[in-house]
Amino acid sequence: MAKPGIRMPGFLREFGIPRLLIAVFLVVLFAVAVATHMDLRGLISDSIVRVGRNGILVLALLPAIQGGIGLNFGLPLGIICGLVGAVISLNAGVHGIAGVGMAVGIGVALAIPVGAGYGWLLNRTRGQEMMVGTYLGFAIVSMMSVFWLLAPFKNPTLVWAIGGRGLRTTLSLGGIYDKVLDRWLTFTVSGVRVPGGTLFVFGALCFLVWLFFRTRMGITIAAARSSTRFARAAGISDERTRVQATVLSTVLAAIGIVVFSQSYGFVQLYTAPLLMAFPAIACILIGGASVTRATIGHVLVGTFLFQSILTVALPVTSQVIQGDISETARLIIQNGMILYALTRIGRT
Amino acid sequence: VARGLLRHAVPILFAGLCLFGIIVAKITPPFLMSEMLVRMSRNSVLVLSLLIPILAGLGLNFGIVIGAMAGQIGAILIVHWGIPGIGGFALAWIIATPIAIVLGIATGSLFNRAKGREMVSGLIAGFFANGLYQLLFLFAVGSIIPFHSASMILPQGYGLRNTVDLNTIQYAIDGLIPLRFQMQGVEIRVPIVSYVIIVAFCLVTLWFFRTRLGQQFRAMGQDPHVAAIAGIAVERNRIVATVLSTVLAAWGQLLFLQNIGTLNTYSSHEQVGMFAIAALLVSGATVSRATVGQALLGTVLFHTLFVVSPLAGKALAGDAQIGEYFRVFVAYAVITVALVLHAWQFTRAAHEARKATR
Repeated sequence: MAKPGIRMPGFLREFGIPRLLIAVFLVVLFAVAVATHMDLRGLISDSIVRVGRNGILVLALLPAIQGGIGLNFGLPLGIICGLVGAVISLNAGVHGIAGVGMAVGIGVALAIPVGAGYGWLLNRTRGQEMMVGTYLGFAIVSMMSVFWLLAPFKNPTLVWAIGGRGLRTTLSLGGIYDKVLDRWLTFTVSGVRVPGGTLFVFGALCFLVWLFFRTRMGITIAAARSSTRFARAAGISDERTRVQATVLSTVLAAIGIVVFSQSYGFVQLYTAPLLMAFPAIACILIGGASVTRATIGHVLVGTFLFQSILTVALPVTSQVIQGDISETARLIIQNGMILYALTRIGRT
Repeated sequence: VARGLLRHAVPILFAGLCLFGIIVAKITPPFLMSEMLVRMSRNSVLVLSLLIPILAGLGLNFGIVIGAMAGQIGAILIVHWGIPGIGGFALAWIIATPIAIVLGIATGSLFNRAKGREMVSGLIAGFFANGLYQLLFLFAVGSIIPFHSASMILPQGYGLRNTVDLNTIQYAIDGLIPLRFQMQGVEIRVPIVSYVIIVAFCLVTLWFFRTRLGQQFRAMGQDPHVAAIAGIAVERNRIVATVLSTVLAAWGQLLFLQNIGTLNTYSSHEQVGMFAIAALLVSGATVSRATVGQALLGTVLFHTLFVVSPLAGKALAGDAQIGEYFRVFVAYAVITVALVLHAWQFTRAAHEARKATR
């Protein structure tokens, strides 16, 4: 539709109008915060905490995009694997870092076969990966809701006090592994508290993913996406690489939800994972990724921009008007960004 | 016979599931009948609104949520103005129509920019529109837009309350010609006029399929490239199909609301798309093929399960919550399976075609 009409400067067109609007919105929010003498340090600190909390879930989208699957709306599949790991570790009563380790271990072990199955299905439903992923995620989350109710967990801190059956909707991690990674390596820079451990884990995983896409396997995955025919001529099966990319994405989602839960302090079950893919997808898109290309830089920039907006919008707007507009703003920004990306496929 | 069974596997499986639930929960026929009569009258038009985009090759229109919002805007306004009864209901339809047309044009243009991804775009567009809807009714109403009715506005002075009482237009259509009878001690109400309207919409849809425009839609659905070469204005027709669907959804939502009698301002519309689509697919309809008969059959089957599953869950496991989660799971699972089958057949057909030309 971009007929010659208004010509924008090249760099602006590449950046995209939605991203520009979002950046301007963030600047305005911070300007209001400064003008009304709000606790800037607290806001920045909260933003950083949320970057660490959500970062790995955003990172999980990268392999799927690089592998040619597009936006992985099936993220809840991996999230569910991580949640099962977390619940098993809680049921066993493992505390501290060991508990997080156990949750991640079980989550990853589950995510590998789940991711492989999901990848196999996506190979058979090419062209509709996003829709199949979305609804497969929805279906699995609601199936697991039945499972959480019937699951044979007996630990009284986890199940409903009345009746003694069925897991609670939110499991508190207080005293078990609430914020263990956040507190580990935590430090303060001029009044801004930084959750070093969580950021370290996020950074380390980013580095590992970066490294992975420089190994033989990673390069094949990216090559199969960018030119399927040449890859096939070179003896690379793009069916295989797509499955590998999906597995990696699902595994990262499983790790991501465990890190999210320890930072948040609660494990959320039942319908909580249902819509978790959408904000993560908005993050990576805001960072500059498209449906066919993404980098670690996009993950970092996008997570920081979107999570900062979400953190700052609530206290700032509540000063100007009563009521919580941040949830509404999130809906509009998040889905507007995804829509924009969906209309941009196939053009540069 | 075996092949016929296989082709109708989905509705048969579903009917079996419903029957199992009915037996387990010991549901009596009069209860089921009164529930189904009500639910059919509520939901049929919403399900019918999905048919035209499927014919035109747009797939399942997840954007009907947007039409439902247009309907709700109409309902909110007539309550605000205090116009009761059938007059109020008619006015709500009249108000909702132009809004739905505009929103339908917007959605259709979006679909034209995201060809091949209409369904996911429609889904996300629904979420996006929900954000704008919240912005309008939670913040703009009463602050920017003058709106003075204390009973509808939140105590803070702006923003609508979570529920809008529609008792002024409740049963405006359903109760126009009241018919009720006793059956084994259960009172059964038959909303005659609602059924007349539903039948009318069925007939109009059937008639539409036979018109020139309907035939063009069918050609587009089969092969958009061939249709374009044959001189059909594909892009324009896709917008027309979306507009028709959106308007019908707005009317359907109003019919739904006049039966329920309360509007959950911020959530009544959210699941309209999912439930209508699941209902249609349960009948064995697919992403590219659906008939009026399937729309009606699907509504019956899906809503039977909807009534039955919490009761069956309670009877089986002593917990209605399990049934609630189960029926949501079934709705999502049915949509997932339909999407997978559709995409699977599509890739296989493409594969075969490639082989044939080699």
